[in-house]
Amino acid sequence: MQSATVPTDSPETAARQRWMAVLARAETAELEAAWAGLADKPAYRLLRKPEVGLVMARGRVGGAGGAFNLGEIAVTRCAAQLADGRTGFGYVGGRDVRKCELAALFDGLLQDGARQSALLASVIAPLVAAQEARKAETQNDAARTKVNFFALERGEDAK
Amino acid sequence: MYVAVKGGEQAIDASLEQLARERRGDASVPELSVAQIKQQMRLAVDRVMCEGSLYDPDLAALAIKQARGDLFEAVFLLRAYRTTLPRFGVTLPLDTAAMTTRRRISATYKDIPGGQILGPSFDYSHRLLDFALMDEGAPGLAPERADETRGESAPLPRVTDILGQEGLIEGDGDLDGQAPGDLTREPLRFPASRDLRLQNLARGDEGFLLAMAYSTQRGYGRNHPFAGEIRMGDIAIVIEPEELGFAVEIGDVTVTECQMITQFKGSADKPPQFTRGYGLTFGYCERKAMAMALCDRALRAKELGEDITAPAQDEEFVLAHSDSVEASGFVQHLKLPHYIDFQSELLSVRDMRAKAMARANAKEAADDAA
Repeated sequence: MQSATVPTDSPETAARQRWMAVLARAETAELEAAWAGLADKPAYRLLRKPEVGLVMARGRVGGAGGAFNLGEIAVTRCAAQLADGRTGFGYVGGRDVRKCELAALFDGLLQDGARQSALLASVIAPLVAAQEARKAETQNDAARTKVNFFALERGEDAK
Repeated sequence: MYVAVKGGEQAIDASLEQLARERRGDASVPELSVAQIKQQMRLAVDRVMCEGSLYDPDLAALAIKQARGDLFEAVFLLRAYRTTLPRFGVTLPLDTAAMTTRRRISATYKDIPGGQILGPSFDYSHRLLDFALMDEGAPGLAPERADETRGESAPLPRVTDILGQEGLIEGDGDLDGQAPGDLTREPLRFPASRDLRLQNLARGDEGFLLAMAYSTQRGYGRNHPFAGEIRMGDIAIVIEPEELGFAVEIGDVTVTECQMITQFKGSADKPPQFTRGYGLTFGYCERKAMAMALCDRALRAKELGEDITAPAQDEEFVLAHSDSVEASGFVQHLKLPHYIDFQSELLSVRDMRAKAMARANAKEAADDAA
């Protein structure tokens, strides 16, 4: 969605960055429903149990200058190894450990070339649609408050 | 000096019980949920996240509930909580130009590309108490969205870049690759660099910064400012975990940004131009962002060769007193037992009085004798 600022190096990485961002922005209930809807859930073990911590958010002086530390953000991370050996990672804002675990599982599944396109269509695409709808609503709300101030023409300026 | 005092456990337990009862209030009134605070007291939540220097709306709402609405206490709770968590890393610097903007105004340009977007603002309300809000469940409290689509927002160039095209305003400064200083890791020393000043201001108490900013407008370190641009909206948080080896978005946060513009008559090595003060806050904290920008500009006095004549230009005065947790702690520590301290002062005052009386008596006796 707001991926303009994310550096990337290859199409494969870019695709993974996109689905990880979508999973991170999803509601837990949405991921839970998607997981429940999977016909063949993989066996997995957690290489790293979901762990809550912080990241220091940085701003830039003046908006585009040198970095400064703005404040910290709660984040949860987790790593899950699927039965096929692939490892999925969850990095999600907030402290929802279940959401993080589900994000890691889907990240692992989506790396499986055999399942990827089906999962992109059945799981990621609906999430993207929901997130884009929420964003569009925000943008629409904002657009409706757009004004055109006008200054009255003053006498001395009149031709 | 204060000393540890033993005893009083039962009284303390009873005090905490009473606090819990008073927090709950009249049991016939439904209990406030954390979700309600998060949704309906959002500006309090934003302030607590901003000054608590921890973005987590659920925890900020919990802190407000636990603190019975005492926002200073809530900030303290959030600050204490953050010390229990490990830090996984840092984010890539927030790209405020790429914000999903919910509000964006400029007081310097009427027709800015992308337009003026008012968003949800008190600015145009009449500040009359709305008694309809007392009537819970009354219709019309949350107006339905108009069924009308205005389409995608245009990109919103920064107002400072408009002036920048003409070279009339200073730039954003160097993008030096150095890691910025971090007040949560090492104590503040003076003189402080601008990155440290901005971190301090970003977590500073809104009331204090507002008063400092106001003082500059009233003539204490005057610099005639314009609100070049204020924008509020949602912005992606991007981190680059080592184990992944690539950057990943972990969600969005709401921030408010303020660009203040001030005329500058130039110096030996700088032409006349506009200079800038910068404010950035977690959440929708517009007043704070504006005050922060004014304080940032005032604190650049030395760098810009201006006379330092006012408190707002004195970095030690501003930065050492801006933190509400520190200020509140030091003022409130006066409540702790100072019994021994006070006993020694009592003895000292009694002794001084006795000596003063003796001198007065002696002088009187001498005068009588004369």
